[in-house]
Amino acid sequence: MQPKQSIAATDKDVKIVSLISVGKHPQSGRVRRADQDSRAVELGMKLLDTGDSTRGDSLVVLHAGDPKEPGLRGYAGMGLNSVRVLELDPAADAVAPLGEYLQQFAPDIVLTGVRAEGGESSGMVPYQLAEKLGWPIVPRVADIISVEAGVAEVLQALPRGQRRSLKIRLPFIASIDSAAQDARQSAYGPASRAMMDIEVVDSSTDQLRESWSEAPAKKRPKRLKVIKAKTAAERFKAATAKSQGEGGKVMQNESAAEQAQAIFDLLLEEGVLR
Amino acid sequence: MTDQNSFDVLRRDPRAERIIRNRLHPLHDTYINTGAGGELTEVRGPSGLLRKNPHNVGFIGPNGIKRIDRLKGNAAASGKGRRSSAAQETLLPLHQVENPDFYVVVVPDMVGGRLTGQDKDVIGQAHKLAAGIEGNGAVLAVCFGQSKEEHFDTAGVDRLLLLDDEGYEGYCPEQRLAALVQVESAYKPPFWLFPDSVDGGSDLGSRLAARIGERPAAQAWQVNNQTSICRGAAGTIDITRTTPRLLLLAQECADQIDETRHEALPVELGSVPTVIAKLQDQGQVAVDPNAISLAEAEFILAAGNGIHNWDQFHTAASVLGATEGASRVAVDDGFMPRVRQVGATGTWVTARVYLAVGISGAIQHMQGIGQCDKVIAINTDAGCDMVKRAALSTIGDSQEILDELMKLVQQFRTQQSEGGDQDAA
Repeated sequence: MQPKQSIAATDKDVKIVSLISVGKHPQSGRVRRADQDSRAVELGMKLLDTGDSTRGDSLVVLHAGDPKEPGLRGYAGMGLNSVRVLELDPAADAVAPLGEYLQQFAPDIVLTGVRAEGGESSGMVPYQLAEKLGWPIVPRVADIISVEAGVAEVLQALPRGQRRSLKIRLPFIASIDSAAQDARQSAYGPASRAMMDIEVVDSSTDQLRESWSEAPAKKRPKRLKVIKAKTAAERFKAATAKSQGEGGKVMQNESAAEQAQAIFDLLLEEGVLR
Repeated sequence: MTDQNSFDVLRRDPRAERIIRNRLHPLHDTYINTGAGGELTEVRGPSGLLRKNPHNVGFIGPNGIKRIDRLKGNAAASGKGRRSSAAQETLLPLHQVENPDFYVVVVPDMVGGRLTGQDKDVIGQAHKLAAGIEGNGAVLAVCFGQSKEEHFDTAGVDRLLLLDDEGYEGYCPEQRLAALVQVESAYKPPFWLFPDSVDGGSDLGSRLAARIGERPAAQAWQVNNQTSICRGAAGTIDITRTTPRLLLLAQECADQIDETRHEALPVELGSVPTVIAKLQDQGQVAVDPNAISLAEAEFILAAGNGIHNWDQFHTAASVLGATEGASRVAVDDGFMPRVRQVGATGTWVTARVYLAVGISGAIQHMQGIGQCDKVIAINTDAGCDMVKRAALSTIGDSQEILDELMKLVQQFRTQQSEGGDQDAA
């Protein structure tokens, strides 16, 4: 994973849209650029960075919501000329106008975060957009390695620090994992200079959501170890006994080769040897 | 069963007991004087005193230790009988659902082919939801890929749909989604439950929700048939809402099933159309194992005081593709950096396989590996705590065993590359 990889030159320019949302700092609750979304912007900028400053406009950074949100300036400060905003009521459903916009604009790659940092944060937006547009979705992308001849090679982040390589035909939607490269620093000057390219759209209010009630997260109770002993002896044993493993296989008198073979078989069975 | 019982049940012989107690009984000698060698244990001496031969008293117990039964067969045998009956495994009551009216469908992650803790929580939640609906419902688990799980019955699976064709191997969310859509049309379940995890449950659940047009409750952690509480805004708020049909459940959402046994009857699904996949799985990419943080590494090779050849240890780790760990002693002695320390004062690891070489297992270290699934120990001391904890222990010189193990792995790798099997795992 080299820090700088750009798209190999192809016959047609790749259009990339990065969807952004307003983030919230997990501890202070302060408005900021969302972590995963800014990584998505970073990835988009990296992919389109050919060293040619005249070609900076193919990355479209798109937000649906209130254009006056200060959080959006955080993205603009990464060096964007403009941020496109579909202005709609904060209580409205953003998926429908986003879908329409993307259908018209017809980008090749749409980048989003995995989950928003505010609101429901169910992570459903990329899936709903993919369903609406009929495009494939790749969740939890760590990096896009190459886009060549209409096929992208994507690295997907798996749990436990593993990576999976996927090939996918354009156009597609990718949600960017926190394992992707860190977003570059946001600068105040460019942030305030960037243009907000506003388009007012109509959308229906999210009816279902109005019936929900929200409260600050309660600490979840820790699961207790319930002892279901029927007799006093069992209760006593459960309270005092040191929990020992069920006792595995012990190989004491075998030769080193046999012992190694047994370990090897177990490793193979568990599928940790790759 | 009956044969075993005839051995287990203690048959007392009251007459024999009475004779043994009564030293003046004419038959007393025949009952009491049957020592180990067949010689007499009690003899009248020349002065008329009763003489005992201590070498002939007692019998060899099951552990090979000599036992003297001072209660003359009255109590010891009965105690033994009770103990053996207590050791008998109690069979949990079987929960049967015949001709279920509806199915609550659970799609477990099955990481490594086994149910995870979260999967079992979700199955427990499914039973709670099924109990809240009128009629008798069954919990149907839809499992993809090869299964190594043996305890579907005690985990609470009433019906099991195992889809382990080749088409479901690897990363194929589109094909799996097609199967789930088929399940949806075949069973019309009142609830779909997925674990909201990074192991694929969240992905598959979101795909199905988008396809069937349901709005799922994500990160739901307290669910009943009417309302559910979900974590929103990246875990900072609780959203209380009516329970939707499709739920993505957080960890520890409900208690696991532990008091009943279930049937886990296999069910069949009609043919699922083969989807032309837009995503092509190219297999997993080799990652530098030491770049992965110790806390989330999957396979750890840990070294302790018993390691003398450190060069060999590092080579072994790179050959096996394992993340390196160490016990406190190895770190204190300067052989490993502090970040590699496993245990209470170091890192609490969650590895699936933990290979401990020359670590005897101090309690602080055992706390650190508490969440590991399979522990393998290589040690010279067969009595140490690590051997007691391990699923497989080899007693011997670690250097030799590691040498042999590296040879085997290298052989395996060359075979694999010759076979051109690129996307293993």
